[in-house]
Amino acid sequence: MSAGTAKLNVTVAEVKPVNDLVTRFKFVRTGGGDLPTFSGGAHTVVEMQDGDITRLNAYSLMSNPADRGAYTISVRRDDQGRGGSRFMHTKVKEGMEMVISNPVNLFSLDLRAKKHLMLAGGIGITPFMAQMHQLSMMGGHFELHYAVRTASLGTYARELSERYPGKVHIYHDDQNEAIDLNTLLANQPLGTHVYVCGPKGMINWVHATAEEMGWPREAVHSEEFLAPASGKPFEVKCAVSNKIVQVGEHQSLLEALEAAGIDAPYLCRGGACGQCETNVIGYDGKFLHYDHWLTDEQKAGGKHIMPCVSRFEGKTLVLDR
Amino acid sequence: MTIQFNDETFYGDFTFKNSDWAIKRFPFPFHEDSYMYSVNMEPHKSYRPGSVFERTFDVDEHYVSEMKDRARVLANDPLRCQSLPHMTLAGWDLVELIMEAKAAEYPDLFELHKDGNRWRWVNKPLGIDDTFTFLDESTLPYGPMEYITRQTQGDFAVLDQRDDNLWMDAGMVTTQADWSLDFDIGMNFFEWHAPVPKAHEMGIFVRALKFLLNIQQGQPARRLNWTMTINPLLDTSPENYHKWGVMKQGLTRENIGDKQHLRVELQTFFRLPRSNALVFPIRCYLISFNDLVKVPKWARRLHRVIRDLPEELAAYKGFIDNRPLMVEWLSQFDDGSPTSDGIWPDDD
Ligand code: HEM
Ligand code: FES
Repeated sequence: MSAGTAKLNVTVAEVKPVNDLVTRFKFVRTGGGDLPTFSGGAHTVVEMQDGDITRLNAYSLMSNPADRGAYTISVRRDDQGRGGSRFMHTKVKEGMEMVISNPVNLFSLDLRAKKHLMLAGGIGITPFMAQMHQLSMMGGHFELHYAVRTASLGTYARELSERYPGKVHIYHDDQNEAIDLNTLLANQPLGTHVYVCGPKGMINWVHATAEEMGWPREAVHSEEFLAPASGKPFEVKCAVSNKIVQVGEHQSLLEALEAAGIDAPYLCRGGACGQCETNVIGYDGKFLHYDHWLTDEQKAGGKHIMPCVSRFEGKTLVLDR
Repeated sequence: MTIQFNDETFYGDFTFKNSDWAIKRFPFPFHEDSYMYSVNMEPHKSYRPGSVFERTFDVDEHYVSEMKDRARVLANDPLRCQSLPHMTLAGWDLVELIMEAKAAEYPDLFELHKDGNRWRWVNKPLGIDDTFTFLDESTLPYGPMEYITRQTQGDFAVLDQRDDNLWMDAGMVTTQADWSLDFDIGMNFFEWHAPVPKAHEMGIFVRALKFLLNIQQGQPARRLNWTMTINPLLDTSPENYHKWGVMKQGLTRENIGDKQHLRVELQTFFRLPRSNALVFPIRCYLISFNDLVKVPKWARRLHRVIRDLPEELAAYKGFIDNRPLMVEWLSQFDDGSPTSDGIWPDDD
């Protein structure tokens, strides 16, 4: 069964530049009415009709989960990326109608935690904003450590410091300030859970440091949005539907399958959920596995691919789709 | 149609009875003449008006009496309802899910009026009219999960999702097929399924868990499960095995049609929005063999399924000793003619 994400029709109610790199978007339900409640850490997948290409990017919901009137997201412009963020920055205007998915949470709070220690880097701040709303409503105990490049690029840093006095610590790269992770982790009360969202290097650093210091694996949580990697175009044969599909440079394999009218399941579109797992029938070439789902043996085995993020280079690839 | 609620018991004198309406809409679980475990999950979409698949939470003629039976079981054993402290938010999610669905789908029976967080809930069949503050526990007579599941048919397991697994951290379990919430509380998906034969080796649980972890808001799923019960007993719990286990010994050719019941569970799966937990309602439907064989297709098929069921399953489901008698009795309704695909009676 293909678990297509349930869709919501929304209208852009506000487009607000936050700083040189980041713009905030507010969505309300087209025609009025409440949006579904969500939990802090959830994301929505935004559909972008960019000429012939449909782009689907996942963005964390940053608004108060209890506010069913509107959702807000923040998008960082990525000039190296595939153009989803550029589309959001240049094409999306107030009043425009768009389609987004129901909220999906792959980065939820562990509600058993005695304390929630949040570590954010750059635009990785957004899921924490919804989580802090939720925790402050429930009287939960949290603390945010937020690394930004410069004060002017410190998206929402000032607002958050004002909203949660004493709970927010900002670190500026350009002033050589850095999170002293060892000391921070060493001084946490028993029952603390750590959450990290930011660049890959930061996530790996937090996991490695916590593990060295003996933190249980299940007390350290991370979410990393893998932007589907661009790469060389390639061709796939789909054995079940009997179609040959071209995957473009800026298109993911999953997007190419969808464009060819092939029923391809997906959920997270970010290499995390496992829903899009596809069997490989034959290949001659090299896989570029970018997902977090397959085990290393599976990746080496050449029998599976996650079309939402992974690619292929070589002569032939035949899929069971 | 307005439902006529039965006044009946599920213990003692066992006055439980299905009307012709209830027989016709019974969720017969076998779509073919044999049965084996599988990852049998499908979207929980409204399907076949009048059937048990039409509404989000099915309400039928047994509603009021089932809720009385639940209250009776809870009075004797309060541990049938438990919720670990971090599951309270999920309980509120469940309150919202059930109240919104029932008020929308059964407007003649249930009403929900919201004024911000001030909610008024009217449950006409049970004579309840309560006003409370959403997310404020002190305004309800019970915890939120207990409050709403005392008013909703079926057992409820509320699963916390973390560390790529599901954890049975809350539940209301009074109509179970021989498993215990008090025993399973805090266990994960693989731990509480440990006693099930064959399905582990078949890879069913690994795949099912993958699917469940991915269930998202607005996209519930469902599956059917089944077993056998002597007498229309909802509470077949391990805690009370000493009371109902002995009933299995009294089955005879003369009383089997009346006493032997097919027990079917309609299991559904919903993502809960605030807590990101998963709720697993397990709704139990009972039908006596006498009523079941009124549908000729079901009679023929049940005979074949029970006759050919693998030993391990018959043993796990607890009817291996009575199987020869069941097969013999059912065989008189099986002339060997073919049965049509699917679970529905032929005369539609
Ligand atoms: C998260 C939701 C679920 C819960 C809370 C749950 C709970 C249980 C429990 C408590 C039992 C009884 C085990 C015992 O003997 O003590 C059971 C049995 C079983 N479960 Fe699940 N289950 C869930 C989902 C599933 C799913 C999705 C599948 C398969 C697709 C499944 C397949 C089975 C099977 C085959 C049995 C044996 C039933 C029989 O033969 O009567 N379960 N489950
Ligand atoms: S869609 Fe989630 S792993 Fe591909």
